[in-house]
Amino acid sequence: MSRLLRPAARLAASTRAFAKVPAAPSFAQRAAFARPVVFGSFQCRSYADNASGVKEYTVRDALNEALAEELEANEKVFILGEEVAQYNGAYKVTKGLLDRFGEKRVIDTPITESGFTGLAIGAALSGLHPVCEFMTFNFAMQSIDQVINSAAKTLYMSGGIQPCNITFRGPNGFASGVGAQHSQDFSAWYGSIPGLKVVTPWSAEDAKGLLKAAIRDPNPVVVLENELLYGQSFPMSEAAQKSDFVIPFGKAKIERSGKDLTIVTLSRCVGQSLTAAENLKKKHGIDVEVINLRSIKPLDLETIVQSIKKTHRLLVVESGFPAYGVSSEILALTMEYAFDFLDAPAQRITGADVPTPYAQGLEEMSFPTEQLIEDYAAKLLRL
Amino acid sequence: MSSNNVIQDESQLSADIPNEQVLKWYQNMLTVNIMDSIMFEAQRHGRLSFYMVSAGEEAVMVGSAAALAAKDVITCQYREHGVFLQRGFELKDFMSQLTSNCNDPGKGRNMPVHYSGKDKVGVHAVASTLGTQIPHATGAAYALKMEALEDSTKEPRVAACYFGEGAASEGDFHGALNMAATQQCPVIFICRNNGFAISTPASEQYRGDGIASRGSGYGIETLRVDGTDIFAVYEATKAARRKALEDGGRPILLEFMSYRISHHSTSDDSSAYRSSEEVAQWKTPTNDPIARLRQWLEHKQLWSESKDNETRTQIRKDVIQELKLAEREKKPALSAIFSDVYADLTEEAEAQRQELKRIMSKYPQEYDFHQHVGGLGGL
Repeated sequence: MSRLLRPAARLAASTRAFAKVPAAPSFAQRAAFARPVVFGSFQCRSYADNASGVKEYTVRDALNEALAEELEANEKVFILGEEVAQYNGAYKVTKGLLDRFGEKRVIDTPITESGFTGLAIGAALSGLHPVCEFMTFNFAMQSIDQVINSAAKTLYMSGGIQPCNITFRGPNGFASGVGAQHSQDFSAWYGSIPGLKVVTPWSAEDAKGLLKAAIRDPNPVVVLENELLYGQSFPMSEAAQKSDFVIPFGKAKIERSGKDLTIVTLSRCVGQSLTAAENLKKKHGIDVEVINLRSIKPLDLETIVQSIKKTHRLLVVESGFPAYGVSSEILALTMEYAFDFLDAPAQRITGADVPTPYAQGLEEMSFPTEQLIEDYAAKLLRL
Repeated sequence: MSSNNVIQDESQLSADIPNEQVLKWYQNMLTVNIMDSIMFEAQRHGRLSFYMVSAGEEAVMVGSAAALAAKDVITCQYREHGVFLQRGFELKDFMSQLTSNCNDPGKGRNMPVHYSGKDKVGVHAVASTLGTQIPHATGAAYALKMEALEDSTKEPRVAACYFGEGAASEGDFHGALNMAATQQCPVIFICRNNGFAISTPASEQYRGDGIASRGSGYGIETLRVDGTDIFAVYEATKAARRKALEDGGRPILLEFMSYRISHHSTSDDSSAYRSSEEVAQWKTPTNDPIARLRQWLEHKQLWSESKDNETRTQIRKDVIQELKLAEREKKPALSAIFSDVYADLTEEAEAQRQELKRIMSKYPQEYDFHQHVGGLGGL
């Protein structure tokens, strides 16, 4: 099937009703005349009623805790970005940090991405460990020159004498009801650059462990969060609640073990793939293995290949554009390293090759849905 | 200095400029100028791929660098060899980079004139991207400000940033100035207004009153100075540094007016867009910074025709000698291709390194690895 016909194919494949998109927390509009507004409730962490010490955390709380712990642990760490201080962050990820750490450590900046990104990189090249928040990664396009040409390359170009310990973070990827310029996935952009490390957390544990590891890592790290996940709750183990919890880069997590099909996915699509996997189990008795990449650079090829050796089938699910994307890379690597173990051509589900439309029906057709993942998996398995 | 290169009121000069220092400035200005002309020719002869000269701007670089403290942090554009030299870069350091040999701190990774000097002279590695160094200086200044707050026993420092009037059209310039003003960072923005951005004259670069007029818009104290008068450059930078450290820190903008006598780079032929008469009038003792300082020195009986000839000959000899020596040095170890992409070598890079070594070992006649330090063993 032609790749370019995929959106239409999707429509055909999903004649059953789309799973209703939940009332999504809307994107904080950045308008000259208005302060950003966050819709949706700010969820507080709460105790789960079991004795194991596991607590429910929203991704937002997990990120907040990670930032607070790292600010506490190392005085070289500081946060800057638009609205991060007095307003507590456009998405409230930095809530309470100004009060706790003061205006030297939590800095509101003018609306000038190239300015504050450049400042953060200059501070990193001078020995501090900045956390540079982009209100969304869409706005980071204003300063992508700084991220790629300065942050990622200076260690190499200086001959190894100017490390750049910096963390870029903010929401990335599919958002809801915000149109083409606020709803796109930049994983492939950053993932292609030598010198950058790129992580894509899904759960609360991912968010905390990866962000903390990013801040501690001596290299520039891009942490691609997702707006729609901020308010979502996940269980957080007792170990992950501690201040020494970090998740190593380059190690994927098998979120669900299975023997019939490997789904490799990242960020918000992990949750969608898990739901699809449960449905496939219920309806067809199929055991799907779902791999949460966690980091896309470095990429845990080993875990992917091991899984393919077991299941012999691969489906990659991501929300980026199809061309030259994360899934293209994984499919190519599979050809190179696991071709002999495949019983069927590896497949992928991606965002559509169009600027994200605003109209709800069109928007739904532009990104992977649980139903679509289920349908594609069934087709791949010839169910 | 007046137009005949005399300082009318010497009481305006800082007390800390002994004659030997001025002679050293002159020597450094000459060195930059002579090194530039030799390396420009060397490029024409195919000995290096690229070069950028800075004729007409020697006073801006040497004078401002002389007024900064040794521990100040500097970010440059690419036409600031004089800054490197004044701060202690030696001919050997320049030649090692230009020939990308094993003594280049940048490990032979960058095109010529992209010097890396953070350890030796406190200057960040030069980048090709225009204007990115301006917010870096703001960030470095922020780090220095934090350092001063944490430890008041340390000597307070400033960051200084060099850029051309063309680079000041980049968004990074505006972001950097606004950030520095709102965060009150101790940073000196040093604009080298040399009249041209490659072929674009300043008259087409902006409609306002140069770069200086932008300072007040950002709430930044600003001074415009004759960039061909090294005493003016020195005094202005010294005053800027003092002010930048007042009240816990603040940015200062300096605009040094000069003229890019040379071509933009070895890839440019400026005769296509300006007349030789125009260029010639900047080479006179009223406008050329080297000629101006020389006249001052001669008025003071500190310099003579014969001394000048002798010094020029010696510098020329030294440059050619260092270039030859640098060309004979081995190239950086082959491992430099993989190292420093990340703080630690990644698994993938390590695998590639081993594979490359395997292939080179298998087909040694296909690769000239002997010119690199350690040969194949250096991989």
